[in-house]
Amino acid sequence: MTKNITCVTCPMGCAITVELSDSGEVLSVKGNTCKRGEVYAVNECTHPQRSLATTVKVEGGIHNVVPCKSAGALPKEKIFDCMEEINKACAKAPVALGDVLVENVCNTGINIVATNHCPAR
Amino acid sequence: MNYDATVVGAGVIGSLIARELSRCNIKVALLERCNDMAMGTSKANSAIVHAGFDAKPGTLKAKFNVEGTALMPELCKTLSVPFKPVGSLVVAFSDEEMETVKELLERGVKNGVPGLEIYDREKLREVEPSISEEAKGALWAPTAGIVCPYELTIAAVENAVVNGVEFKRNFEVKSIDFDGNEFTVSDGKESFNTKVVINAAGVYCDEIAAMIGDSSIHTVPRKGEYMLCDKTIGGLAKHTIFQCPSKMGKGVLVTPTVDGNLLIGPSALDIEDKEDTATTAVALESILETAKKSVPVLTTREVITSFAGLRAHCDRDDFIIEESEKNANFINVAGIESPGLSSAPAIAVYVKNMVAGKLGATEKADFNPVRKDPVRFRHMSNEERKAIIAKNPAYGRIICRCETITEGEILDAIRAPAGARDVDGVKRRTRAGMGRCQGGFCGSKVVELLAKELGVEINEITKFGGDSKILYERTK
Amino acid sequence: MLNYDIVVIGGGPAGMAAALKAKECGVDSILILERAESLGGILEQCIHTGFGLQYFGEELSGPEYADRFIKQVLDEKIEYKLDTMALEITQDNVVYAVNKTDGLLEIQAKAVILAMGCRERPRGALNIAGTRASGVMSAGTAQKYVNIDGYMPGKKVVILGSGDIGLIMARRMTLEGAKVECVCELMPYSSGLTRNIVQCLDDFGIPLYLSHTVVDIHGKDRVTGVTIAAVDENRKPIPGSEQYIECDTLMLSVGLIPENELTRNVGISIDRVTSGAIVDEYRETDHKGVFACGNVLHVHDLVDFVTKESQIAGEGAARYVLGKKSDPEYITTKGVDAVRYIVPQKVNIKNEGDVQLFFRVGSTFKNATVKVRYNGEEIISRKRPRLAPGEMENVVLKNDMLKSFAKDGVIEITVEV
Repeated sequence: MTKNITCVTCPMGCAITVELSDSGEVLSVKGNTCKRGEVYAVNECTHPQRSLATTVKVEGGIHNVVPCKSAGALPKEKIFDCMEEINKACAKAPVALGDVLVENVCNTGINIVATNHCPAR
Repeated sequence: MNYDATVVGAGVIGSLIARELSRCNIKVALLERCNDMAMGTSKANSAIVHAGFDAKPGTLKAKFNVEGTALMPELCKTLSVPFKPVGSLVVAFSDEEMETVKELLERGVKNGVPGLEIYDREKLREVEPSISEEAKGALWAPTAGIVCPYELTIAAVENAVVNGVEFKRNFEVKSIDFDGNEFTVSDGKESFNTKVVINAAGVYCDEIAAMIGDSSIHTVPRKGEYMLCDKTIGGLAKHTIFQCPSKMGKGVLVTPTVDGNLLIGPSALDIEDKEDTATTAVALESILETAKKSVPVLTTREVITSFAGLRAHCDRDDFIIEESEKNANFINVAGIESPGLSSAPAIAVYVKNMVAGKLGATEKADFNPVRKDPVRFRHMSNEERKAIIAKNPAYGRIICRCETITEGEILDAIRAPAGARDVDGVKRRTRAGMGRCQGGFCGSKVVELLAKELGVEINEITKFGGDSKILYERTK
Repeated sequence: MLNYDIVVIGGGPAGMAAALKAKECGVDSILILERAESLGGILEQCIHTGFGLQYFGEELSGPEYADRFIKQVLDEKIEYKLDTMALEITQDNVVYAVNKTDGLLEIQAKAVILAMGCRERPRGALNIAGTRASGVMSAGTAQKYVNIDGYMPGKKVVILGSGDIGLIMARRMTLEGAKVECVCELMPYSSGLTRNIVQCLDDFGIPLYLSHTVVDIHGKDRVTGVTIAAVDENRKPIPGSEQYIECDTLMLSVGLIPENELTRNVGISIDRVTSGAIVDEYRETDHKGVFACGNVLHVHDLVDFVTKESQIAGEGAARYVLGKKSDPEYITTKGVDAVRYIVPQKVNIKNEGDVQLFFRVGSTFKNATVKVRYNGEEIISRKRPRLAPGEMENVVLKNDMLKSFAKDGVIEITVEV
């Protein structure tokens, strides 16, 4: 069985072909232009992951929200659960870029970190 | 609440009538169903002050057009409204149309229009270089001009309010009762008691008249669609360029606007829905094609927005400005289509005299006719800019990049008498959001300023009142 | 009157990179004018990741990418003024700008770097018929409402245009609980990056309708729906293909236009295709001492390229200020057939280094060859597995090639299959 995948690791968007055995084992990866592409393609066939960027509510800041991202990739199927947990969080201004806003989101072992500063009002 | 006179409808007609009435020692109310004045016909029309040669001699249209056009320059000066006496051309493309142009000249002379002249092909091309090679000649009317119709309306209301008129927005008249002495004008929640009612309700004038049992007014909304082009091609027309008129009106024109844009339109289609101001692909395509007959180089490339307006077309084919047959203290000012804007100043004076006669009103001594010129940063010299920012730093912050509109001007627009309450209201008063990006950058800033000034959350701010909200709830 | 060697108009990624490079090249007197409340430009609202892979080898969000440059600007003590709008550049490179604290600023610059970025094409430019109801907005405006202000601009959304901002906003709105009904694209291909189609649309099952457009907008106060239709090869709606979609919001992602009002007003020549200034390899315009870089010059798909281009402009402005520039002898560049444009539009053959030419194609190609010709003679041939309108390409003119060219020669780039 072959699977055609568009790599989303970087803006190149390589078209990768993965050959899988009947049991779902990866036999070969073709079409990638870098090692990251190969890793992505294998992951995409076995346990797809996505990074998540959104915002966290801020109290007392110059804005209502501060942008954040997952410090690593999250299981794709957990994205909406993670959104739900992140939307419940609330940070207190001032927030600094890099601050951990949600620890171990949805037990994924991944932290949600601020990607900008939000000074106090 | 007791009033002497109540005007229904804050379009250019109702607003100028209210302002005229504010000269008198009487209590005046101006009722508007929308969140702002100039929300109907007055905000979406050709913005032309016609010379007055179109209407049949002897009609009210002919009389008030010529009189109104004569009053317009001075009125605009007093109210600090931009007016440009650019003059107009009716272009003929055939020998037959040259005959029509000559007939228009004769009619104009009968109507008392000054300065009319026939231009031949060469003279026409000399004064209007981008005109089509096909043009044979034109009727030149030097008294025609261009004005900003909603700015005139806004200025009239502001000045009326300063002179004591009560301006009531979001008041949709649902019933008018007469007890033999006074009218009660109600929206179902609040009511105004008044001795005289002036029906200036635009496309709704038939329904307002029907509230007192007057079924004599038969109007139909006639839709006109327009395209507005970027200032970069504003110079393509030096004058208002008409084609020869037809049964449905004065046809498609190409004209500069007072702000330096180029306006193309209108189409003309009688419709049923009085709220249908949607533009249609068919009409927009057709007006461009027709306009290209006058100015062939036009393309859609420079179009920055399109819009449609409705005018109340009356089966009498003339304005109705008279006491209702049902009640002498109920004055219909109805069927005001083109040349309504041009006629407005004269209609206002005429109706004021009617009302003052009925009420035995006298003019008050402290009437202030002048509406202060709003700060227009973009038109200022650098020295003036320095001085005004020194006085108020808010004029140092540019909110609308395309049109160079400052925070100070937007705050002025919100704080003015009968000031802006929504994003479109700010736009009409200041031009913020009217440029080529159409509010892409400044829209959210305007929302913020409105929310702050009005003391509400930003998701309560609307585009033009009603349910036209811009934002829903907080994301989290 | 203030005096600076270099005035940079715009404190986004382009302006900051240009200023930093100029400083590195030995110019100390630099002033950045930024119209927003903070440095960073449009990156501040681009909270998704994907920035910096080329330049930093890391995947950063927009604010993170901007922050790295903001830190450097602070470290290098480069002066900047926020909430400051440049109003005019005179023939003698005097910049007029305005803000609340200084009032009207009059700044004599030796060199000016234009880095004002771009704006989104509005509804009016498309002439979409329909009502004027609330709820029609550009994707970038919606992005600001969601990511900075923290408000939902809509619940049921149709997006017109499959540019990157539109795709990114499709995902963003979905994550925040909105239903994105579809993305319509007038062209038979998307102008967005492939990876954005995959991770912003496919991941969430959002349909992308190619060769479709919005033909009508419904709703009196707020949008209640739109009518979409398929278009033929001339991009005209096909009668009978209309389809009504209920929604409260129409987001437009239909292209970006460089913001060149200041540029035009000073009389700088503009390239009709890029809508940006015509520049040489140091990004100097035909107005002496005025340089341009970033999205005000041509719309980039990656900020990393903006940074690199702006460093070139920064270096160019520094060389100009320091008097290192000799009288140029120019050749011109010209895109042929599928190559829509090339930046720079002219190259000084006396340049001491290699010169990179950036170009964009007008349609998609597979296994194509990029050919570069000098006065008709092929000098470079490069195989490319894939070329797409959404992805900027480049070729390098080596210095020994430049040396072999003669003044007024013409470089042409074309794509052959």
